[in-house]
Amino acid sequence: MSSLTVFYIGLFYVATLILIAGVAYRIYEYSRTPAPLKIPTTPAPTTNAGVAYRMAREVVLFESLFKSNKWTWVFGWLFHFGLLLVLLRHIRYFQEPVWFWVDIVQPFGKYASFAMVAGLLGLWARRFLVDRVRYISTPSDHLILALLVGIGLSGMMMTFVVHTDIVALKAFMLGLMTFDFQPLPTDTILLVHLALVALLMIIFPISKLLHAPGIFFSPTRNQADNPREHRHVANWAIELERKNG
Amino acid sequence: MAAPEFEVPQFKEQIEIPKIREGSMSHVKSFVSPQPTQEFLGYPWELGEDWKERALFKMGDLLKKYRSLRVFMDACVHCGACTDKCHYYLGSADPKNMPVARQELMRKVYRRYFTLPGKIAPWLVGAEELTKETLEDWYSYYHQCSECRRCSVFCPYGIDTAEITMAGREILNYAGMGQKYSNEILTKVQKIGNNLGLPGPALEDTLAGLEEDIEADTGVPVKLPMDVKGAEILLVTPSADFFSEPHVESLIGYAKVFHAAGASWTLSSYASEAGNFGLFNGNYETMRKVALRIRDAALELGVKRIIVGECGHAWRVAYSFWNTLTGIGFDGKDPFSIELQQQLDHRYPQPMHICEYTWDLIQQGRLKLDPSANDDKIITYHDSCNVARASRMGDEPGGQFTIPRNIIKAVANNFHDMAAETIGEATFCCGGGGGVLTDDLIELRVKGAYPRMNALNNVVQEENVNFMATICAICKAQFTKVLPYYGFDRSMVGGVHQLVSAAIKLD
Repeated sequence: MSSLTVFYIGLFYVATLILIAGVAYRIYEYSRTPAPLKIPTTPAPTTNAGVAYRMAREVVLFESLFKSNKWTWVFGWLFHFGLLLVLLRHIRYFQEPVWFWVDIVQPFGKYASFAMVAGLLGLWARRFLVDRVRYISTPSDHLILALLVGIGLSGMMMTFVVHTDIVALKAFMLGLMTFDFQPLPTDTILLVHLALVALLMIIFPISKLLHAPGIFFSPTRNQADNPREHRHVANWAIELERKNG
Repeated sequence: MAAPEFEVPQFKEQIEIPKIREGSMSHVKSFVSPQPTQEFLGYPWELGEDWKERALFKMGDLLKKYRSLRVFMDACVHCGACTDKCHYYLGSADPKNMPVARQELMRKVYRRYFTLPGKIAPWLVGAEELTKETLEDWYSYYHQCSECRRCSVFCPYGIDTAEITMAGREILNYAGMGQKYSNEILTKVQKIGNNLGLPGPALEDTLAGLEEDIEADTGVPVKLPMDVKGAEILLVTPSADFFSEPHVESLIGYAKVFHAAGASWTLSSYASEAGNFGLFNGNYETMRKVALRIRDAALELGVKRIIVGECGHAWRVAYSFWNTLTGIGFDGKDPFSIELQQQLDHRYPQPMHICEYTWDLIQQGRLKLDPSANDDKIITYHDSCNVARASRMGDEPGGQFTIPRNIIKAVANNFHDMAAETIGEATFCCGGGGGVLTDDLIELRVKGAYPRMNALNNVVQEENVNFMATICAICKAQFTKVLPYYGFDRSMVGGVHQLVSAAIKLD
């Protein structure tokens, strides 16, 4: 087994561990931090079912962003849903046999990469063209966009221009999951693609990518508007009540 | 009015998003709170040697206590959706008045001291040391936010800058930099019972005077009772309603409505303030102490219902927080809240907004109204931010928009809404909310009022509107002050119950 294969095996185990443990820790942190006051942005749903519906609209349709800015919404939505289809398509590399619906997604997933990269480039352009967005952009904002565009382009290269040995790659990935290690093909483009993906996984729990779990914990979106009907008190506030009467 | 020492924005058919002008509002700073006030509230009054440790300690403390702050510090992706949503940015073009930039003032310190990338590569993620200059910036720009939550409507993650402003002010206070205006009010309300610092005897005099005025005006002996034990309803209203114009006209309106309904009601001299500036400063304990005065008054007087007068942030605190802070509401399982909730009448929401009360009576046909009494007015309605985006009226989401408008349409014949993108959940703040209603911030207030004034001007031009109704004491005071800067008459603003007062027929 080549040292390159060994390196990528190690890289993917470390990246996966950091991603899963890191995001799990963040979710634990967010869920443990109390929300002492009812602060849904109103008008808000009055029931938990309504809250779930509001959250679904937010996560699937980006409702608030749609209200705010149509360009950012178009580019953001293209990117995220392109990415979703691309990710679903990639499930095929981690299972044998492949679920039937992953086969169905496959052609859509291939071309969704164009939407994904187009969305990213649109979002990136705004960081240069709109003075307000330029003002708030940090180096890491640009680098994360570069990372995602790099992942997208290197993947598209392999899909549409220079194919890699996909059978060997799948054997490598299945090997990672079953601890039956197989050699990794050595095309540069594949190595770049995989390294960038691993980097993305590693920075996920310590970067703004935390917006993904964060939205589910956002009190302005996940609280029901029922403060008169239900008394809502945080544990530390109960302590305060006990102390002060 | 003396000529302003700053430029008042010009009216446009559609408001234009200005190009950023860095530092254009950095000179605007409200007066710092003096020693006695800070001492009373339990804060230092200047930056001591350990100011930095204190500031960072408080920041860590708040990050553990408030999920909002904790999540909002992490979740922002700098997408820019909020950058053109703040009335202070639209009126001033200072980029630090863009909600995301206001948040970044805190986020860059958060990253430096509370996150891994900020500790190892601060330059990469825009992390910065906490310095005295940072703190000065916080002081300027956390007092250029009215906590109106307009940005939170448009943020894809619901990030609410108000939560960050509140935390920022609490950290500033804890480090020794309080704001004079808000902190003096918090002192007055706790020492005397209301934000204006009106003692009980002065209130009694005022109420007696108002009773005489109403009787002279209508021939009907409408009462404004105070401290009546055993009354059914306790009315808690902003203290501005007792003394300020046009606020007092709405107080007269509430009294007439209670009279027409034959209600047994009372005001309280101990809880003569609905407003609660504890909200603005982000200190739970202070907010709770101020709110507990109303609980205590309700228990003392033995009332069955609590109704809140026209005040935006007061209604937010009452509707959204009173149950949490004081047990005014329902479903309490602990002795503290059960004690009060047993006393309250479960047939009605607790607390109730005066507009909910009046609208119920109108629907039941229990008020005799003559809308033609308001025929001299062509009316529009300004949704106050805290009512619009942080509370509700009635049973359905959005009742906070329909109920006040329904009342206006029931008591007047001429009503026109302002442009849709400037009302409802997207309403523009008056520019004076959230603890900035002070003369040392007049430039901020005038510029922040611009989006609302522009929308008003459009209906003045198109529909000949000559009256803007609203249900917030701060909005009323703010507009009274800034309308002349935009060439309007200050008497153009008034309360919804001011219109009710004119239309109601008493016997």
